[in-house]
Amino acid sequence: MTEPIIRFEKVVKRFGDVTVLDELDFEVAKGEKVTIIGPSGSGKSTVLRILMTLEQIEDGVIHVAGKPLWHEYRDGRLVPAGETHLGEMRKEMGMVFQQFNLFPHMTVRRNVTEAPIHVLGLSKEKANERADEYLELVGLSDQADKFPSQLSGGQQQRVAIARALAMRPNIMLFDEPTSALDPELVGEVLNVIQRLAGEHDLTMLLVTHEMQFAKQISDRVCFFDKGKIVEQGTPEDVFGAPREARTREFLSNFINAAA
Amino acid sequence: MLFGIAWDTSGNWAFTTSIFPILLQGLIVTIKATVLGFFVAAVLGLILAALKGSRFRLISWPARFVTEFIRDTPLLVQLFFLYYVLPEYGIVLPAFMTGALALGLQYSAYTSEVYRAGIESVARGQIEAARALDLTPLRTFSFIVVPQAIPRIIPALGNYLVSIMKDVPLLSVVSVLEMLNVAKIIGDRTFNYLIPLSMVGGLYLVMTLVASAAIRYLDTRLPKRGIPLR
Repeated sequence: MTEPIIRFEKVVKRFGDVTVLDELDFEVAKGEKVTIIGPSGSGKSTVLRILMTLEQIEDGVIHVAGKPLWHEYRDGRLVPAGETHLGEMRKEMGMVFQQFNLFPHMTVRRNVTEAPIHVLGLSKEKANERADEYLELVGLSDQADKFPSQLSGGQQQRVAIARALAMRPNIMLFDEPTSALDPELVGEVLNVIQRLAGEHDLTMLLVTHEMQFAKQISDRVCFFDKGKIVEQGTPEDVFGAPREARTREFLSNFINAAA
Repeated sequence: MLFGIAWDTSGNWAFTTSIFPILLQGLIVTIKATVLGFFVAAVLGLILAALKGSRFRLISWPARFVTEFIRDTPLLVQLFFLYYVLPEYGIVLPAFMTGALALGLQYSAYTSEVYRAGIESVARGQIEAARALDLTPLRTFSFIVVPQAIPRIIPALGNYLVSIMKDVPLLSVVSVLEMLNVAKIIGDRTFNYLIPLSMVGGLYLVMTLVASAAIRYLDTRLPKRGIPLR
């Protein structure tokens, strides 16, 4: 097997006295679509936030694309990573947030072109072309000149997806992308994510409570509880025949999960 | 006679109308000092707020100390210091500049707190999104945080603009010919203080009412989500 694109080794994360990740070992292969499910507070969002360098880790090592994420080699020794290294590592990943986090004072187009222009150094024309490309992908070509407040929640989240994609990341992190949406708007966002899942090379990590959707798009489902992976496997196995009592108990809260 | 304009002491009304253009000369100085002082306070305050918000204590602590020091010492002390002490070290500024600078310096301590509150009111997710996109901290601050913070702090900044305007008469102690100083000189020479000082009060009232109205107008016109960037 080739080197996994993401590898957590004995990663520990604490918030004060609470241990959120407890010596977590976790791997994701290149191109793999992995869904993380679990009760709130189980540390599933933290995994994504640590990868996006929004949260630091207390112990352990994480490798992304063969390089240590929170550490770097200096004079042959592994030391805590500096901001330059973190910036390099961030280019591997894009993140979509539960609350969209679009920049409200910028048009949709500016939201999508801001980072390509000022981080990747693209010309305005090139960045605009790229924005058009991804806005078309998420079905919002005609909304480019509007401000986020003029769009529905589902449209805003699709813009956020386009914004992350415009940086051409190898790994996409989705942190409960539909949890803040009205039920009737969930579908349009899931459709976009499903289309992305069709991309062979794109690695996807999705934290969600949409069990039916997880079943459809994932290569693997991981059930997190209390900072550890309690059970993982193909969607058929985890949803169809969960081995662990804790998994069964959790899944029983979702009426449609086994359907 | 002042600024080449003579006064007419033949009657109260004649006196009032004759010194009005003289007081206007002082008013112009007052307005200039207000604008310059506010400009310094607005820019320096933002810089101080940015430094205070730094993750590095080596940067944030000195900025906090400076703010605290400026805020906890009287404006008049700072004014005298700049006016009498700096020239001993070869820095000679015109009285007007020294005064406007002292005003700006004093108020930068206050505006920096206003900025800080405005900056902290910007949702955490905004900064996280910027970080996820790998925008630099400087770019995030200037183009994501500040444009969203500004509309929220306009009323508070406006209050300080009015305060600065009302503090300008302090500059008379370092011989700046602002409006109150002009009125006092007129009084000294004509032995009539009532009319010029009343006029200063009246003119101040007009100015502050206009400024307050302008701020209220600005506040209703600015979009609450941030200054739109196309």
